Amino acid sequence: MTDRNRIIIIGAGHNGLVCAAYLARARREVLVLEASDRVGGAAITREFAPGFRVSACAHICYQLDRGIVRELKLASHGLKAAHADLRTVALATEGDHLVLHGGKLEAGLLPDKDRAALADYHDRMLRFARVLGKQHNRRPPRIGGGGRSELIAAAMLGLDIRRLGREPMREFMRIAGINIFDVLEEAFETPLLKGALALDAVLGTNLGPRSNNSVLTMLHRLSGQATGVTGGLSLPAGGMGAVSEALAAAARAGGATVRTGCPVASITLEGDRVSGVELEGGEKLAAGTVISNADPARTLLQLVGARHLEAGFVHRIRNFRSKGMAAKLHLALDGLPGFARLAAQRAGERLVIAPDPVYIDRAFDHAKYGQCSPDPALEITIPSIHDRTLAPAGRHVLSAIVQYAPFDPRASTDAARAEFLERTLGLLERYAPGLRRQVVASELLLPADIEREFRITGGHWHHGELALDQILMLRPVPGAAQYAMPVNGLYLCGAGCHPGGGVMGAAGRNAAHAVLAGERAA
Amino acid sequence: RPELFRDLELARHGLQVVPNRGAVTITISGDDIGNYTDEDVQRREFARHNPRDGDAYHRYSTDVMRQCKFIRPLLLRTPPDPTSFKPRDIRELIHLGREFTKFGEQFIYDTLRFYTMSIADFLGEYFESDLIKAHLSGSGIIGSAMGVYSPGTAYVLLHHYMGDVDGSIGAWGFARGGMGAVSNAIASAYRSFGGEIATDAPVERVIVRNGRVAGVATANGNEYRAKIVVSNLDPKRTFTRLFDEGDLNPEFVKRARNFKIRGSSGKLNIALDGLPEFPALGRDNPLRFGDIHFLDSLEKMERAYDDWKNGTWSKEPYLDLLIPSMTDPTMTPPGKHFMSVFVQYVPPKIHGRDWTDQDRDGFKNTVLDQIGRYSPNFKSLIRHVQVRTPRELEDEVGLTEGNIFQGELTMDQLLFNRPFPGYAQYRGPVKGFYMCGSGTHPGGGVMAAPGANAAREILLDLKRPSLVPEGWQDD
Repeated sequence: MTDRNRIIIIGAGHNGLVCAAYLARARREVLVLEASDRVGGAAITREFAPGFRVSACAHICYQLDRGIVRELKLASHGLKAAHADLRTVALATEGDHLVLHGGKLEAGLLPDKDRAALADYHDRMLRFARVLGKQHNRRPPRIGGGGRSELIAAAMLGLDIRRLGREPMREFMRIAGINIFDVLEEAFETPLLKGALALDAVLGTNLGPRSNNSVLTMLHRLSGQATGVTGGLSLPAGGMGAVSEALAAAARAGGATVRTGCPVASITLEGDRVSGVELEGGEKLAAGTVISNADPARTLLQLVGARHLEAGFVHRIRNFRSKGMAAKLHLALDGLPGFARLAAQRAGERLVIAPDPVYIDRAFDHAKYGQCSPDPALEITIPSIHDRTLAPAGRHVLSAIVQYAPFDPRASTDAARAEFLERTLGLLERYAPGLRRQVVASELLLPADIEREFRITGGHWHHGELALDQILMLRPVPGAAQYAMPVNGLYLCGAGCHPGGGVMGAAGRNAAHAVLAGERAA
Repeated sequence: RPELFRDLELARHGLQVVPNRGAVTITISGDDIGNYTDEDVQRREFARHNPRDGDAYHRYSTDVMRQCKFIRPLLLRTPPDPTSFKPRDIRELIHLGREFTKFGEQFIYDTLRFYTMSIADFLGEYFESDLIKAHLSGSGIIGSAMGVYSPGTAYVLLHHYMGDVDGSIGAWGFARGGMGAVSNAIASAYRSFGGEIATDAPVERVIVRNGRVAGVATANGNEYRAKIVVSNLDPKRTFTRLFDEGDLNPEFVKRARNFKIRGSSGKLNIALDGLPEFPALGRDNPLRFGDIHFLDSLEKMERAYDDWKNGTWSKEPYLDLLIPSMTDPTMTPPGKHFMSVFVQYVPPKIHGRDWTDQDRDGFKNTVLDQIGRYSPNFKSLIRHVQVRTPRELEDEVGLTEGNIFQGELTMDQLLFNRPFPGYAQYRGPVKGFYMCGSGTHPGGGVMAAPGANAAREILLDLKRPSLVPEGWQDD
């Protein structure tokens, strides 16, 4: 059958598209099947109220890999930034905001000691983040098994850490496993500054600032930025969907076929290898290789089915922690909100509400017990300030990540959503008096909504928690961390694999390389 | 460590360790779940609560025991410095690598995960019953300033399991005559080799001359000259109180100040006129001899931690309650009993200020009320209560902030990071100065391994033959 040469990719999320584009470049016959009616997965721009469009999930692009942008010529496929280098504004109700740009304070008041410590902190963390960043484009090594190449790969990782120098290496090994709260407590005094930095560590995760591992999540975030295309925080023109459109265009230009509106019901097997997929409509498509951009649990437990897998492996996949805690708020506004004593041109920066780490920790405490935070922490953007295509003239969209909202609230999801929206709007009103009256339409996506809309099990943005026990060779689970699954011909290419989530694309590219290496080995 | 027990002939010096007879958790609804030494009995006990958890028990105990077997030989070894290129460090790193890889690939991954997960997630991989998870999770938080949902607590469980009594791994024991008997036996062994001990001699300062130690000065004005000074105090106390700041590198002083040694536990010692009854257990249940806990769920454990974070003692604390006089009648007059209650969480300060006597009484009543809810005749039997908050633990025993492990067991303070990166080999920042307390590898718990490891390093520096057991000998 000629279809043996065909490669099917399930899901046109950004990683699926990156993987498709690289395989198409390598002259493979690639077919991408997307369940929804547009490409992008969670990286889309959609209309949530008439005339108002917004990046529906992730809203700041900072991790998109520089190499991918260059190699796939995304600029020529239409990718451009509406704003390439956002500042971070730590909002204060009284108006004593801090405007931060990397390790520099651009506006606001900080004691000299904190100002110096900030530069030092940023510098130090960036160096550590680069070590992690170097691993993004590598297949994680297996340790204790495999052959000489695995040993070399593991040694490379060790060498990268050693190259930091003796004292930095010691510092890296000291803080890599601990929590951001203690690290910030050692370095800074000003609560508002610590709050803003702590938020970087817990955004999109299931961790509070006091949870160990939160230094690692902060470094992961920063590492994407270090290898990212702009080196800073950027807003793509046309929203996050524009990134996906450019990737799809690159894949098609290489010869890949992308079909939307084709939900896959199952992955079909023939003996111990994949034979293709079956669509929900009943249509069967044959393929020699199937790559899934879906999350690990959906791919292996639903599409393949536990009965085709070894029990211990199923057990590990089931235990892959993937319950999200981040909600997404979209507001259609009939004017620009006025934040207390914040100059209008600053309102277009990345605004954060996280007055201090204890505040974030309290917000987290409620979520542990199945309640939404009464006083949540927020990351806010108003992209329509830089990109007039997103809202009607004179009007604006506000997009915010709101933490924390549990995946399975004790109250019903509807009740929890209504209350959380009310609390969040109340909080915003305190920072931007009058904002509530400007709201024309609103939408709040809880993790359960994110699961339903984007078909991500658990509604976790990274497909699964980024923690020391779920990174590198442990992601998603030991024995399946090198993109190839324990079913012949089946691969994973999504955020559930190394190096994880964020609109980065590295997982898709690494998976494409793993598929090509697998062909050579066969 | 049993190696030291044998090597120092502690039995000859009067130490008897009686194995602990299990533990039990009682719920408010009168249900209970116990620990039994017989694996099959244990499986049935778990299966009674959840049939699948009964099956999971074997998998759980095998995995934990394998971890204990891996870590045990490392307790009596000096941790290597991974930044060093000295032959000894490289040899030690390779040794560590071999030990690590000899159990196979799967074990390596399990270990990496074990060391970094929360106890709640870790137990969740095996068990479904919330009560079983709560029952087992206590060992993940005792003595630590973390909650059951905090990543890193799975390791703390291991730390509690790695002891062994009479060759059974993970077993706990009572020292006949109380924990003081352990110290007395070791002191007696030390004196039998010609060692001297001066009591009532609190050291006030370490004397440093020309960049090396010259001795110590005590509070009563005596000076003892010595070329080698070893501190059994915690690292924070040692370097921020005994040293003149000018004798140390400022970076090092900063490290010492930032050393995490937050207290999280307190203790009540209660003299009783008789034996309290626990209706949930019944009169003849052998589990009464062991540790008793009052728990219903992981959530209750975590909420106790939230109170600590908010600067107050837990309103529903986690108790580890023992009546040692049932096992060892020598501890009390006939017919009377002694109850020892370990309490978590108890913060070193209340809302940022020092403990007051009212706080202490409030704390005491919180604990007594909880016990009273499970034992109706308990309160009428109370003769005397001694309360130990972190304040008393610090003032009387000298444990900074009342931390029982002389420093938290988190990744930044374990192995080659304990107590500080670059100082994990028992040598202090000044020539001739050493550390031998629980603040050094492998940390707290009455296992005496840090002391032995420090002695080995000192003998090495003195170019004397090492008499200290190293690694682990199976017999």
